[in-house]
Amino acid sequence: MLIYTLRRLAFGVILFVLVSLITFWLLSFSFDDAVTARLGPAASPETTAALMRELGLDRPVMLQYFDWLAHVVQGDLGKSFFTGEPVASAVPARMGVTLSIVVPALLISVAISVILGVTAAARGGVVDKVVQGMMLFGYLVPNLLVAIFFVVLFAIQLHLLPATGFTPFSKDPAAWARSVTIPIIALVVAGAANISNQIRGAMIDELRRDYVRTLRTRGISPMSIVIRHALRNAAGPALTVFGFEFITMFGGALIIEQVFALPGYGIYSFNSALENDFPVILGLTVFGVFLTVGVNLVTDLANGWLNPKARIH
Amino acid sequence: MQRLLRDPQALITGGLLLLITFAGLLAPVLSQHDPNQASLEAVNVAMGSPGHPIGGDANGRDIFARLLASINTAAISAIICSSIALVLGTVGGLIGGYFDKFRNASEWAFTLIMTFPGLLVLILLTPITRGDFRFTMAMFGVLLSPSIYRIVRNLTVAVSRELYVDAAKVSGLTNFRILARHVLSVVRGPIIVAAAFMFGSAISVQSGLAFLGLGSKETPSFGAMIAEGFRNFYISPLQYLWPALALGVINGALVLFGNALRDVLEGARPKPAPIVSKAAVDAARFDGLKPSGAALVDVRDLGVAYRMSQDEQKEVVRGVSFSVEPGETLGLVGESGSGKTQTAFAILGVLPAEAIVTRGSIVLDGNQVIGAKEREMRVLRGASVAYIPQEPMSNLDPVYTVGSQLVEGMRASTSESRGAAKARALDLLRRVGIADPERTFRSYPHQISGGMAQRVLIAGAIASKPRLLIADEPTTALDVTVQAEILDLLRDLQAEFGMGLLLVTHNFGVVADICDRVAVMRQGELVEIGNVEEIFSSPQHEYTKSLLDSILDEETVRKDPPVATVAGRAS
Amino acid sequence: MNTLLEARDLRISYAVRGFRRKPIEVIHGVNFSVSAGETLGVVGESGSGKTTLGRAVLGLAKVTGGSILLDGNEISDLKPKQRRTLASDIQVVFQDPYSSLNPALIIEDTLSEPLIVQGKTARDARAKVRSLLDAVGLPSDASNRLPREFSGGQRQRIAIARALAPAPRLIVCDEPVSALDLSTQARVLDLLIDIQRRTGVAYLFVSHDLAVVRHISHRVCVVYQGDIVEQGPTAQVTSDPEHPYTQKLLLAAPVSDPIQQEKRRAERLRLRDQHLEQNIQAGVT
Repeated sequence: MLIYTLRRLAFGVILFVLVSLITFWLLSFSFDDAVTARLGPAASPETTAALMRELGLDRPVMLQYFDWLAHVVQGDLGKSFFTGEPVASAVPARMGVTLSIVVPALLISVAISVILGVTAAARGGVVDKVVQGMMLFGYLVPNLLVAIFFVVLFAIQLHLLPATGFTPFSKDPAAWARSVTIPIIALVVAGAANISNQIRGAMIDELRRDYVRTLRTRGISPMSIVIRHALRNAAGPALTVFGFEFITMFGGALIIEQVFALPGYGIYSFNSALENDFPVILGLTVFGVFLTVGVNLVTDLANGWLNPKARIH
Repeated sequence: MQRLLRDPQALITGGLLLLITFAGLLAPVLSQHDPNQASLEAVNVAMGSPGHPIGGDANGRDIFARLLASINTAAISAIICSSIALVLGTVGGLIGGYFDKFRNASEWAFTLIMTFPGLLVLILLTPITRGDFRFTMAMFGVLLSPSIYRIVRNLTVAVSRELYVDAAKVSGLTNFRILARHVLSVVRGPIIVAAAFMFGSAISVQSGLAFLGLGSKETPSFGAMIAEGFRNFYISPLQYLWPALALGVINGALVLFGNALRDVLEGARPKPAPIVSKAAVDAARFDGLKPSGAALVDVRDLGVAYRMSQDEQKEVVRGVSFSVEPGETLGLVGESGSGKTQTAFAILGVLPAEAIVTRGSIVLDGNQVIGAKEREMRVLRGASVAYIPQEPMSNLDPVYTVGSQLVEGMRASTSESRGAAKARALDLLRRVGIADPERTFRSYPHQISGGMAQRVLIAGAIASKPRLLIADEPTTALDVTVQAEILDLLRDLQAEFGMGLLLVTHNFGVVADICDRVAVMRQGELVEIGNVEEIFSSPQHEYTKSLLDSILDEETVRKDPPVATVAGRAS
Repeated sequence: MNTLLEARDLRISYAVRGFRRKPIEVIHGVNFSVSAGETLGVVGESGSGKTTLGRAVLGLAKVTGGSILLDGNEISDLKPKQRRTLASDIQVVFQDPYSSLNPALIIEDTLSEPLIVQGKTARDARAKVRSLLDAVGLPSDASNRLPREFSGGQRQRIAIARALAPAPRLIVCDEPVSALDLSTQARVLDLLIDIQRRTGVAYLFVSHDLAVVRHISHRVCVVYQGDIVEQGPTAQVTSDPEHPYTQKLLLAAPVSDPIQQEKRRAERLRLRDQHLEQNIQAGVT
């Protein structure tokens, strides 16, 4: 298990370097645009060149990358071109806001999905049809529309929940809960549909296997078989889906934040992208990749723990 | 294709999508205004105004014209994104799946793509896309390609392992032809379905990005319209509704169409099979039928059927009757489709959920099995009857150690503690001939051989000292030398515990080795039953005779010499 | 008797995943030969390597040492393009009738595949398909149907027809009757023998079932953990074997007569105890 963990960690580091390198390289094509944007179209070539030299943007790209990487490893992500804020503190704060919607949304989706998926697979019949209908509904409506619908309904028409604004958990937990409720619901609708579909499918396959019947002949109760055996086998592939869903939800959150004016990763990304604020953009990429690599690592490890055969590969 | 046209869901949603697409293409004809043409009189004008059937937006542009133009934007997004994802993913999946030496490279490449944090990347790379949605959708296509890659790679690997691909190689087909002919035909369907769902994703994502405000102001899109309408909510509450509805309808239609496509192309998905079948008994006429004698199990006129269609059932067990006495071994012999395994399952109460018991009675250790509740059956399983399956590996749960499964089974029938059960389990493993019980106890199923796994399953079956043991082709999956040892073991255990043994098999050699009596089944019916010596020496039924005749006997040896090739190459 | 196929000191190893792991040798330098029109039976249990031998002859398993000669020409290290030309000499019938035919193709397409590769026109191929179906005892209207409409035994006949299509001189039969019902087994075996008598094709017949091998083989070799432990005429190897493993194999196969089987079982147990004694005395175990 230890070797497996170390191997996955090593992969993660390599992937991180490669992704950040490619992103850096792609962005380098518009470094000069950023400078002209800052200075305005009337700037003289000398001023432009001077600013580029000052920002270190006239050096060869690979050199810039390694310089940046060296700083990153020491924890220095530079300062924003526009606000001068240190990136290393600004970005995690925004990440925290977004995660405070995504993580609860994922947990709630998983909880709902396990219950729905296992019940539908184990009982079949009418229960299954109802669950399938619910799943279909979740698929049909895009995140964005769900968010807007709920805002219109709960906030604007019924005045039950705030339409916009965010209160940090540390300041006032109750207000925080109210401000994140609708965004979380919006994310859960699609997320639960996807995950429960996966769990239902995996459980149906599992319950058809031979060992299920043999366990029954030993006198073990059906409930025990479903939960201790079938679910555990189905959990492995399901975990991978949780990982994907987390990243998808994160993406969805970036857009929904706009609807609710939440000061999270989404709005920050959007603004810095429009302003060509490269240190911030790179900082956002770094943390974004941390997230993806981290999530994949966790699901791989959990899969390895749950399923001994997976550790061989 | 014809099936697609006959499916109502596909027809309606497909037709709707076609309609919408044409509306978009015919935009210049259908609307009177250019989507970006702003005029002061049209600002926030209400629905139904002349020239503006759905009104005007905050900038004075015609909403209807913008809606139609947005359809085109959506269509272009979907096409760009999906084509790139499909081409990349399919080529990568075919090559990585079929050629072992390229698999590592392709895995790395697509894992790398998957590590890019999705939507975030699309937003952050705006500086180089400069808001051109086509460029962004192309990037999204690249980001989506790993999901296509995974589907294609898995299918390709599965197909490349099939024997018909080996046969094609031996026939002299080039790899290219094998990929094109055999692999692609399997991969085609799922890719088409995936494409349909990707269309929906692309349109949703493009709308989301446009909603955020990324993208050129000139490009009309649902997302941009929703954002503008939302900002204008208090002045004109319905402006956001039209693009939202349009987006919802298109997305919904795509999802439903995708589902219909999947049903047609990939066939029915497996349905849930509840472990415990509910009302499976159909007019059982066994009330009060208590057999005399001390038979362990008494089967009378058993009928088991499966539903073929709405009104017809097919009986796979047709009126079978036999009994097993304590200490005796009854062989249940037949070819495939004879119903012998179904009979065994019926006695254990583990018939699949779709099975219907149509008639008869099974009295097991004095209890009526047909119609018995699961709770009652659980009491019988373990103490009264136990089961040894055919295929050892697939009958062990791969994620638990062999030992823990043994202990779990034991504690289900008795109330012993975990420690006591473990000690007894180790004894049992030793008893069934496993050399190193501790090591096997700690092993996972994939770490032990087939023969050892079968011994483990036997240990699990006899752990609760059952009175009747049902063995379903217990040696068919094993080597002949291992088979001999397992049969020896079964005979010993039977002598030691005084169990009755119901042995389901198609192998007459096994019958001759271990059975006292034989029952011959054919297509659900029991055609002959008797002592083993009688059946072999003087079979009564035609079918039994023909079966015994087709056994390759010990004396026949190939005598004729090899024929030299007839007139050169044979034709 | 002219030797058609010969294996000399044949070795096959599999690479093992992992860092610097040594490959595992599964065939340890075996020698055998098949003459024109003859059937060589290859008997062994699982893990013996018998299937690997067959696959190596077919070019589906990589040979890591020694040679395989067809008509005296080395065929174990051919480039893919050259290997493909052997399709007209060596063919195969696999064990599983359910996965050896592509379920999505009609029989005509499956049978004409090898013919079209050889360059036949579509019309010639169709005619040939009809004669092939006839040779294996199937009606000609079978060509328009899908595999799932046929029974296991019928599918195996189709597989045999496909093997016969390019008129090969050697067919590797990998457990061709093991997955069939008793009554079908005998019929398919007889079909194979009949085809051999008519066309003079040779068989490399791999099987775990001694009775089946005895029925169809002229000569037999016994494989045990990668070595051929015994080889010779069928009658001799299967009635009066010399090697202890062959003896064990013979006695382990149950005979379909209760009284005979009791005798055989007694003899098997006696032999087993005898070997145990010998091992203890030799210091093994």
